[in-house]
Amino acid sequence: MSTFILRNVRPFGGDAVDIAVTDGLITEIGTGLSGEEVVDGGGHLVLPGLVDLHTHLREPGREDAETVRTGSQAAALGGFTCVHAMANTDPVADTAGVVEQVYRLGVEHGYCDVQPVGAVTVGLAGERLAELGAMATSAAGVRVFSDDGKCVSDAVLMRRALEYVKAFDGVIAQHAQEPRLTEGAQMNEGPLSGELGLTGWPAVAEEAIIARDVLLAEHVGSRLHVCHLSTRGSVEIVRWAKSRGIDVTAEVTPHHLLLTDDLVRSYDPIYKVNPPLRSPDDVQAVREGLADGTIDIVATDHAPHPMEDKECEWNVAAFGMLGLETALSVVQQTMVDTGAIGWERVAEAMSAAPARIGRVSGHGRPLAVGEPANLVVYDPTARRTVEAAASASLSRNTPYAGLELPGRVVATFLRGRATVLDGALFSEGALS
Amino acid sequence: MKSSHLLSAADLDRDDALRILDTAEELLSVAQRPIKKLPTLRGRTVVNLFFEDSTRTRISFEAAAKRLSADVINFSAKGSSVSKGESLKDTALTLQAMGADAVVIRHSASGAPHRLATSRWMSGSVVNAGDGTHEHPTQALLDAFTMRRHLGDLEGKSITIVGDVLHSRVARSNALLLHTLGAEVTLVAPPTLLPVGVETWPVAHAYDLDANLEKADAVMMLRVQRERMNASYFPSAREYSRRFGLDTARMNRMPEHAIVMHPGPMNRGMEITADVADSPRSVIVEQVTNGVAVRMAVLYLLLGGAADADSPEGNA
Repeated sequence: MSTFILRNVRPFGGDAVDIAVTDGLITEIGTGLSGEEVVDGGGHLVLPGLVDLHTHLREPGREDAETVRTGSQAAALGGFTCVHAMANTDPVADTAGVVEQVYRLGVEHGYCDVQPVGAVTVGLAGERLAELGAMATSAAGVRVFSDDGKCVSDAVLMRRALEYVKAFDGVIAQHAQEPRLTEGAQMNEGPLSGELGLTGWPAVAEEAIIARDVLLAEHVGSRLHVCHLSTRGSVEIVRWAKSRGIDVTAEVTPHHLLLTDDLVRSYDPIYKVNPPLRSPDDVQAVREGLADGTIDIVATDHAPHPMEDKECEWNVAAFGMLGLETALSVVQQTMVDTGAIGWERVAEAMSAAPARIGRVSGHGRPLAVGEPANLVVYDPTARRTVEAAASASLSRNTPYAGLELPGRVVATFLRGRATVLDGALFSEGALS
Repeated sequence: MKSSHLLSAADLDRDDALRILDTAEELLSVAQRPIKKLPTLRGRTVVNLFFEDSTRTRISFEAAAKRLSADVINFSAKGSSVSKGESLKDTALTLQAMGADAVVIRHSASGAPHRLATSRWMSGSVVNAGDGTHEHPTQALLDAFTMRRHLGDLEGKSITIVGDVLHSRVARSNALLLHTLGAEVTLVAPPTLLPVGVETWPVAHAYDLDANLEKADAVMMLRVQRERMNASYFPSAREYSRRFGLDTARMNRMPEHAIVMHPGPMNRGMEITADVADSPRSVIVEQVTNGVAVRMAVLYLLLGGAADADSPEGNA
């Protein structure tokens, strides 16, 4: 039996307690607990381990950008104990074989639980359904299905997918992007796209798909999840859908909470992402949506790309930015330090709700006796300047390089085992 | 000039723009001499880096640099750096290693000159010779130069720019520069060919060409690709010509002194009829001549314009 005491931590920023962990479970919460092995929590915040519903780990196929090992290391450093690996790998995660491979790589490396997302359509081609049932019943136990990177734009296919996954309590996570309205799109459509001569990605291309999908979900009585919602109109549509009782959940990325499209003025593709960075008014709207619960969760859309795909002309650069190691800091800066939400809501949006949407057990649980010891210890008083080269990711495409952000992940525990200690990756074996 | 690059017409304030135009005026006389050469940029290297075919613009810059005695290297990377496998970065590093003092870049990607100038891959001056659907500042300068020769000071002059503003780097640069010079610009196009947010530009816009002819001191027709109708920007070439083409009847409704301009290459029969293009009011050929003088002025002021030398003649 392995036992240790996590001493002097403040659950959700409240009063300091000690947490006893035995065999991966929380066995006691109180003050003055004693044990042979003690980890000093330094009076920092403790939250349930974070859960990311939207991560690109790139393996198999683009191991030059990221691997399950490096991506899950970055996740652990960001305070995550579970990440959902998106399906747009090569080969695409559209069969039981591929999702089981990704799942097993996660287990093997052990930095966090890797829960594969299955593709909705074969090869993400948007033509016919992938074998969703086979992925659901595989060892990976897939519950989230997404063609992320591409929109399931065919209305009939989307309807069928929503209906079909009801059989195993699955959810379709839609990348909402009307393809015809966004051909060649490079940045948010507005005065700046006109000035910079870059093809616009209009808000209506996102909003039209979300509006259609919530109506489809209502019609067939299915569960819909909206990926990386980015506009004021999208927030309003989801708010309306929820008021009608439609079973829809929505996510926002840290970068859409913080960054705006004026950064594109530099033509530096580090700011190229899909959906694109939007206007300050949209940023305001997604913050309000996250605060009032219209937007359920924050998900990173961590999208690693090798240097050469970013050190080039804007319109040939890849879409996407890193996010795992900076997510909690960005949420603190944009939502907590501004007084919009407290740490309980952060834990809900970054742990409990994504675990619920993804139907992963053992994550996003309360900090209570008998629950798995998936924990993140976080110092919100720290300040740090983001260094791209310091990332555990194989890629360097962070938009926050050189920016000072609040907070620092001090330690992460996966079922009682430290994956991060003193802010650094913890070597395998100890404490386990 | 306040910047060591010319990436956008917005980089130029009124003083900068007037200095370039005045310098070009002096340099134009060089073209009339038997020996069309000044020693100003002797020993300096100007690279023409063309990722997109444009013989006219390249020749214009080449002539400009040579008349200033610069060494000129033409670097044609057509087919885009990407398809050739060499990145913009590697090209820039190569040019840096060759000691390029100025790089004149033409690229199909909006912002490519900006990347070259701000990435620290190379240290020379960067001149934007047209990037994607963004800007073409030396075209705007030569247009302003041409207008000034015919209309005098551009302050308060009314300029109508007609056509595919959405995809036109010429329209963007002209709108910015002409505004800086005090002209009143009206962009005329079908609503599909005006950019989102055009109402925030410092210019007027309209959908009706006929209502914007009588006040115009100059009418600039933009090239419109026939293929645009396939993407439903307009129903047919015929309908476009009827509504937005400049023919003799429309030209006759312009004021007596008003001039007709076109940045080229023209689609005769589409945005402009042949008789208008070849009429005495058309200054289209003159625009080309003036291009060399304006580009000489830009290179001179970016590279050779030693702090004290106000006149290129002083260095001759």
